[in-house]
Formats: sequence, structure tokens, C-alpha cells
Amino acid sequence: MSPVQTMPPRSYHIGKDDLGADILEVAMGPHHPSTHGVFRMDLKLDGETVVDLKPVFGYLHRNHEKIAEDITYPMSMPFTDRLDYLCGMTNNWAYALSAEKLIEIKVPERAEYIRVIVAELTRLVNHCLLIGFFVNDLGALGTPLLYALREREKILDLFEVLSGARMMVNYIRFGGVRCDPPDGWLKECQRIVDAFPAFLDEYETLLTENEIIIARAQNVGVVTREEAINFSLTGPMLRASGVNYDIRKVDRYGIYDRFDFKVPIGGHGDCYDRFMVRMLEMRQSVKILKQAIRDLPEGEIMGKAPKIFRPAPGEAYGRIEAPKGELGFYLISDGTPIPYRFKVRPPSFVNLTALRHMCLGHKVADAVIILGSIDIVLGEVDR
Amino acid sequence: MNNYFDLKLVELGRWIEAFFAHYPTLKLVVHLLLCTLPLALSFMGAFAFTTWLERKGLARIQNRPGPNRVGLFGLLQPIADGIKMLLKEDIVPERSDKLFHFLAPIMLMIPAMIGVGFLPLGDGLHALPLDSAIIFFFAISSLNTIAVFMAGWSSRNKYSLLGGMRAVAQMISYEIPLVLSAVAVIMMAGSLNAQEVVASQQISSWVGSGNILQEFFGRILGWNVFKPWGFAGFIFFFIAALAEANRSPFDLPEADSEIIAGHLTEYSGFKYAILFMGEYISAFAIAGIGVTLFLGGWNGPVFAGLPWFVLKLFSLFAVMIWIRGTLPRLRVDQLMGYAWKFLFPLAILNIFLAGFYHFLERQWGTAIAMLAGWLFGFGALQLAAIALSRLNQSPTIRSKRVYQLVE
Amino acid sequence: MSLIGKGILKGMGVTAKNFFQSYYRKERLPTVEYPEEKATINQFSRNFPFLLYDGDDPVDGMRCTACTLCERACPPQCIYIIKDKDENGKAILSPRIFDIDTSVCMSCQLCVEVCPYEAIRMDSAFELSNENRFEGLLLNREELLKPNAYYHEIHPLEARETDDRMAAKAALAEAKKKARQKRARLAAKNKPPPGLKKTPPTRKKPPQREKSE
Ligand code: SF4
Ligand code: SF4
Repeated sequence: MSPVQTMPPRSYHIGKDDLGADILEVAMGPHHPSTHGVFRMDLKLDGETVVDLKPVFGYLHRNHEKIAEDITYPMSMPFTDRLDYLCGMTNNWAYALSAEKLIEIKVPERAEYIRVIVAELTRLVNHCLLIGFFVNDLGALGTPLLYALREREKILDLFEVLSGARMMVNYIRFGGVRCDPPDGWLKECQRIVDAFPAFLDEYETLLTENEIIIARAQNVGVVTREEAINFSLTGPMLRASGVNYDIRKVDRYGIYDRFDFKVPIGGHGDCYDRFMVRMLEMRQSVKILKQAIRDLPEGEIMGKAPKIFRPAPGEAYGRIEAPKGELGFYLISDGTPIPYRFKVRPPSFVNLTALRHMCLGHKVADAVIILGSIDIVLGEVDR
Repeated sequence: MNNYFDLKLVELGRWIEAFFAHYPTLKLVVHLLLCTLPLALSFMGAFAFTTWLERKGLARIQNRPGPNRVGLFGLLQPIADGIKMLLKEDIVPERSDKLFHFLAPIMLMIPAMIGVGFLPLGDGLHALPLDSAIIFFFAISSLNTIAVFMAGWSSRNKYSLLGGMRAVAQMISYEIPLVLSAVAVIMMAGSLNAQEVVASQQISSWVGSGNILQEFFGRILGWNVFKPWGFAGFIFFFIAALAEANRSPFDLPEADSEIIAGHLTEYSGFKYAILFMGEYISAFAIAGIGVTLFLGGWNGPVFAGLPWFVLKLFSLFAVMIWIRGTLPRLRVDQLMGYAWKFLFPLAILNIFLAGFYHFLERQWGTAIAMLAGWLFGFGALQLAAIALSRLNQSPTIRSKRVYQLVE
Repeated sequence: MSLIGKGILKGMGVTAKNFFQSYYRKERLPTVEYPEEKATINQFSRNFPFLLYDGDDPVDGMRCTACTLCERACPPQCIYIIKDKDENGKAILSPRIFDIDTSVCMSCQLCVEVCPYEAIRMDSAFELSNENRFEGLLLNREELLKPNAYYHEIHPLEARETDDRMAAKAALAEAKKKARQKRARLAAKNKPPPGLKKTPPTRKKPPQREKSE
């Protein structure tokens, strides 16, 4: 039985524990080394055990949705980079996808392949970085994180050559991508993708068998299959709980039906599974990347997008499997070039809802790693 | 030739003291100063060097260049840091307990410095040559728990308080395996005197023999770490020492990813520097006693004495840095469990192993004792360790996880 | 049964490998020591926009025609344009004021994409820190104007493409003009060229900034 079940949920306004001792209230954050940005956990601690937790966020709220309802559709694209600032490419894609649903645009073959390549590279970036942060939260003084940053740098260099910027890429456009990869880019990409498994091997040797990580992360922050579904978790969080749900497989958006890849599934739904699922997903991403680079056709990169993007009244919801989970953009058009409603379904925000449930009954140190294993980026949570 | 440095240093001391031969009181003062001042200063210097070593080592482990701006290879970085610390504002939280907030760094520094005094740094280089030095050392070194808790409590910060509480729990728990693993050595050496413990770690029949090879190896192979019980004891001691010194993976009191900096959170400026230094010097003291108990103290071929001691001390520190660069941190309950359910029984078992070895050695000589000790004794210890670790882990952790890859 | 601590030992092996290899393998020590050694900027990187001019005189050779397309396309509204007027108060096709607030600009390149006159391009200079965070980062027309040669220097590939495109356009315009002149001469009819008609902005203008002229 997990500690969560043995521990009855308590009301937030609790002052004393069973022995009459005071409950320690700790406001962890918004300035705390491991809340991944400006996130606050209001903890109630009985000794070191978390008896209640209230997530407080909004410190990074930048009014993304409201701004987007005030400007034209294409002008929102650069703002999406800043949602989950580690994965600009997938954010771009998700937005482009929903806009392409709103106004029928056929995306050319080559653009689709390039999109897959950049999205999978983004997944590599996000996952290796997240694992670094996760182990950092476990207390490893940044060594795995710095290895991850070292590898990420190479991919960011690729992005810089491709799009001009390393993180705020603003690369994908409605109906295609902004520009063709320059000469030699593909070769460089191939080289980096080929070298990536070696780094993954190193990373796995360093981390997966480490007894301390196993002791710390296994059976911590368990979310069962049913709970995961009820919390509407997505992405690696959901798959770690044993649900086979990957939008790349379910929706087969873009051209994902052409690639041969598998979805890793965890069995326990704890922090270790979340970490391992991401580790294994990176291998699958490398597999997809190899196929995509091999098959990349010649041709156009932009479909026939109208000069002024003025969709007919209607609505569209486009979603993709972003590295953190289901990233969706919901657009309502009233026939003007400015969206009537612009709604983001951010994966880390929704995944964060399970935080309290996962943390109750665990120690403070566990609360930190559970938060780390959710993989939040506050830019996306607060928008 | 062997104890050249130590003899020269002792001679130097005598020479200085000789100036004051006609003033007995002054001579005593000078004697005391000569015993303590160089020790304090050299350990502070060693602290400065270690911060550099640690930053550089960690940096290289993490594929960074590390400090390289101040001086050659950034060697002057500790000095720059010291100046920075001195010049920084000393912030005391308004509602803190000012007296204890002020006293905590001092309270940490004093036992650390006294602890260092018990170390036999070389032949004759021994500031506090007590007959019961080792017991005294453990008694004094456990005092810094109080200082850490004082720092945690007086800061009036919840993170500090958590850090202080963790520190108390951790240091008290790990004191036991620490001392128990030392007991085996004391038992075998038959003395609590640090110099005698060091002396017991030579193969005495070889050392004086005049044969170069025997001279050489007689000063190495006698180290306790090369005996089965000594090896196991050294590992337990080292683990417990890491915890005692709040070093990774047991750096819970100052776990930066959980409780900011634990008891150090509210310290700044020079007080922080002193606390930091106190922790390092306690770590030195514990590493030093580890060297004394298990690694043959200042014993070593060619340059026996201070050089060997320093070398071993820094090697131990290098390993600590290496561990810090690799391992994540344990959780607080696992930490306690590890001390009480794992190290504690094993350390007790190790005492029996030492007794077994001693018996064998008496009966059939060293060679047989070594063989039997390594094979059976050590095997038994391994088995016990495995059994304990299985007992302590929940079944889900024990089984290896397999991950499905589905379409 | 595996040895206790095997995973830890393996991990220690990895870190030891990284420690030693950082001394002799370049990819294990990727640090660029910044002030001495600048990170190489590739020709595709972008930072903040600048204005292009042809010829020698920045103001005369300015390509920008103050069409304000970029001003309207800029998502954070950090471009501010005022059209120039001649002595008679008639609008002429060049900006009197063209400001970009680089503290607001988010380097998105949308202004570059909408400009029909290839007048605005992305710079890749990155050492822009300034003591005055308000005026210092608000770049005016003179600070923004850079020669085409500079463009060729930082983005050679893109600049060549742009030049080709402009040459093609110019040739086309030339041909058209000739044809039109011919027609004009034939018809002997004279119509003034239609001015750029501005579509009314769909949203409010950004608040006017203080300008020192
Ligand atoms: S780069 Fe983007 S934000 Fe900057 S001026 Fe151009 S359109 Fe505006
Ligand atoms: S779009 Fe080009 S020509 Fe028009 S105002 Fe902007 S820079 Fe000038």
C-alpha cells in the first residue's frame, strides 16, 4: 500500500499533529533552488513528512492567451516559443497544427519531415535536460545536468543554424516551415543523431543502476493507472503509470504513421518509472530521427497559405505529443484575422494537478523530486 | 632518512624554544604556540587549498574548466573568496537569537581545531599526544553537532531548523558505526594512543631488517586497510565519516535542492566563511583519524612522516570530491535506516571478524589468517551486507524493472 | 546477486572517465571562455533588427519606405515609425523616425518577413549591453542604419539571395516602367501613381513614446 493511501487527506487549515505538536508551515518557493522557476509549494510538515501541500503559481503569468486574442494569428507564433521555453519547436508545431486545421492548408512533404526532425530533436533536448534536473533535485550537484547541457548545446547549435535562434526559434509557419535547412545541416544533424546513443549509454550507466537513485525514486510519488487517467495526465507521466497513450500513435498527426517506433510504458507510476520512460523515449526519438533524416524528400517547404490569415468563423483544436505531454491549442475564429478565443492546453500545468496527491505522506525531499519528475516549466504553467 | 621532515620540524621547534630557555613561563607559552599555531594555520591553508581542489575537481568531472581566473590555474581563488567574504555585509536576521547565531561558528570551529590536534601528523608531530587520544577525538568531534544545531535553531528560519534537526539526527546516528569501526582497530592495536596505533601498522619484523624491499613493503603492507577486517572497517568508517562530515551523499543538513542551505541559510559574510571552514576542518579531522586508524597514519616508504600523511589526507579528500561529483543524496529516513539497519550491525560483525582474525594469527600465523580472513570473514561480511540490504528494501525495489515497448 | 554498490561504482567510473578525458578531449570540455574567446556566430543566427541602406549616405540610401508593415506585424509592438514630410507637408516615402526598442524586441524576425522592400534585416551582434537601459536600448534610425556590405558580412548567403531578388525585381520594374512609359507616350495620358493606401489599423496604436528630435 502506498503511503498516500495510509495517510488520510487532511484539511489545509490544520495546526497540530496527532501529538499536539505544531505543524511546520514552509513556503517553499517562489525563490527556491529546485522549484524549477518561480513556483511555490506551501507545505505543511509534520517533522519532515508532508501532511498538506498547496501549489501556488502565477508568478510568471504573462497573459499569453489574452495577448493572442489581441493580435493576428501569425503574430502569436513567436509567443508560443516562450510557453515551454525548452521546446520552442514543438510549441510552434502545435500552434501551426491548430491553425492549419482552422484553415485548410496542405503541408508539403518536406516540411512535414523537417517538422518531425526538429520536434524529435526537441524531445531529446527536453528529456535529457529534465533527467539532469531531476537528478539534480535528488542532490547530485549538477553532474548529470551538465552532461545533458553539453549534449543539448549541440542540438541548440543545429537549431541556430536552421532557424537563427537557439531557443526562441519561431521556425514553423502555418503551412510549412520558415526556411529550408542550409547545405550541410542535414549531415551535421545526422552526425549528432548518430553520436547521441553513445551519450545515452553513458547517461544510463551513470544513473539508471545507481542504488541511491533507485532507493530515492522508486515507490515515491505513485500515481496508479486510474488516478493518472482521472487526473488527465499526459505524456511520460501518463505512460509511466502504464497507460499506452501517445498522441503520435493515437492521432498520427503530421507523418508519424510512417515511422517505426515504439512507446515505452512503465508499470509502477512512480518517479523512477517517469525517469526511465523518458530515458527510453529518447532512444525511440533517435530511431525516428534516423528514419526521418534518411527519408527526407526534396521539394517545397511552404504550402499554399493565404497572404492574410483570415479563417472562416469556426473553431479548431490541434494537439501534439510535446515532450511534456499533450500540448493543444484551441482557437475560435470569428472571421477576422484576430482569434476570438485562444486557449492553450499546457501539459505541465495539467500534470501539475497531481502534485498534492503524489506528495502527501512523503518527505520534503520527496516533494522536491516528485515536482522534478513531473517536468514542469513555469513559462508553460503560468503562461 | 625516513623521518627526515618530521625530525627537521621537531628540531626547528626545539631551536626556537631554546631562545627562551631562561624564561620558563615564556618558554611554556612559546611551546604551546608552537604546538598549536602552525597546526591551525596549516589546516586553514589546507582548507583554502581544498576548496580550490574541490571546485577544480568537480568542474573537471562536470566537463568545465573550473576556477581559472585568479592566479595560475585559479590557485589564488580561495584568497579572492576570502577577501570577498570579509568584505561582505554580515546579515543577522532580525528575529534570530543573536547570541547563538554569533556563537555557532565559533562553536563549530573550536572542536574542529581541537580534533585536528589529536592527529599524529608525523613522527613526533603531535600537538596533543594523549594516551587516550582516539577516544578524546571522538568525544570532541561530536561536539560540532551542537554547533550545527545552534546555527539551525538560532537563525529562526524554517529551512535552517530542518537542517539543524537533520544534522542532529544524522550525526548522532553515524557516530555509532564510526566509533564501532574504530573499535576493531583499537582492539587490534591494543592501545588508544594514536601514535601507537600508527606504530602497529608496520610489519615490525621487516622494517628494521635493512633489506630494501622489506623496508619498502613493510611500511605499506602493514596498514590496517590491507587486512580483511581493516578493509571492511575502513569502508564503514569512510561511509560514516562522510555522514559525520556532512559530505555528499549524506549532505542532508545543507541539502541545497531541498532546504536551500540548511543551517547555513541565514549566514553571510565572514560568519559563513567560518562555518564553512569549520565544516571542512572537521572533515579534515575525521579524514585524518581515518588515515591514522586504517591507512597507516604517517607510515609509508621513503618519506615516512608528514608528506605521507598529507598525501593520504588529500587522497581521501579527492575520493570525497569524486563521490560528491557523482552521487545524489539519500533521504532522511533512508539515511537513518542506513546507519542503524545496515552499518551498525555490520560494524559489530566486523569486530567479531577482527577477533577471529586475531585468533587465527596467534594460532597459525599471518599468512593463514589473511587467507582465511579474506575468504571466510570477508565473505561472511559480504553475505551479511547482502542479506541486510535485501531485508531493508521493499520487494518492489528488489526486483529489477523491465519496461515494455508497445506499438 | 550483484555486488552491493555496483551501480554506484559504475557511475563513479563514468565521472572518472569524464574527469580525465576533460584534459585531452575537446568535446569533453566544450567551454568557451567568453571575453577572451567569442563564441563563433554562424551566419544564420539572428538577434535584433537593423535597417539597410544602399550607397554611401545612410539616410539617402535608406531602403525603407515607411510603409509601416513591420510596425503592424511586430508582436510586442516595439517598432515605431513616423513618416517624413517634405517642405510642403506632403508625405514622402521614407521614415523621419524609425525606432526599435530592443529591450522589448523578442527577435522573432516577423518584421523581416513582412517587409516588401528588403529594408529590415536581423543583426547578429550580441554585445549590446548598455549603461542606460531606457534610451540606450531604444535604437533610433541612425543607429539602426547599416550598409549592405555589413549585411553581406554577417549573413553572406542570405544577403546574396536578397541582392539577387532585388536585382530581379528592379529589372522587372525597369521593364514595366519602360513599357508604361511607352504606353504613356503613346496614349499621351498622365495619371499620378497611386499612393500607398493604408488600411486602417485593426487595433490601437502603441502609446506614443517621448521622442527627442
Ligand atoms: S524582431 Fe520581432 S519583435 Fe523585434 S522588431 Fe522585429 S517583429 Fe518586432
Ligand atoms: S516593412 Fe520595411 S519598408 Fe515598410 S516600414 Fe518596415 S522596414 Fe520600412
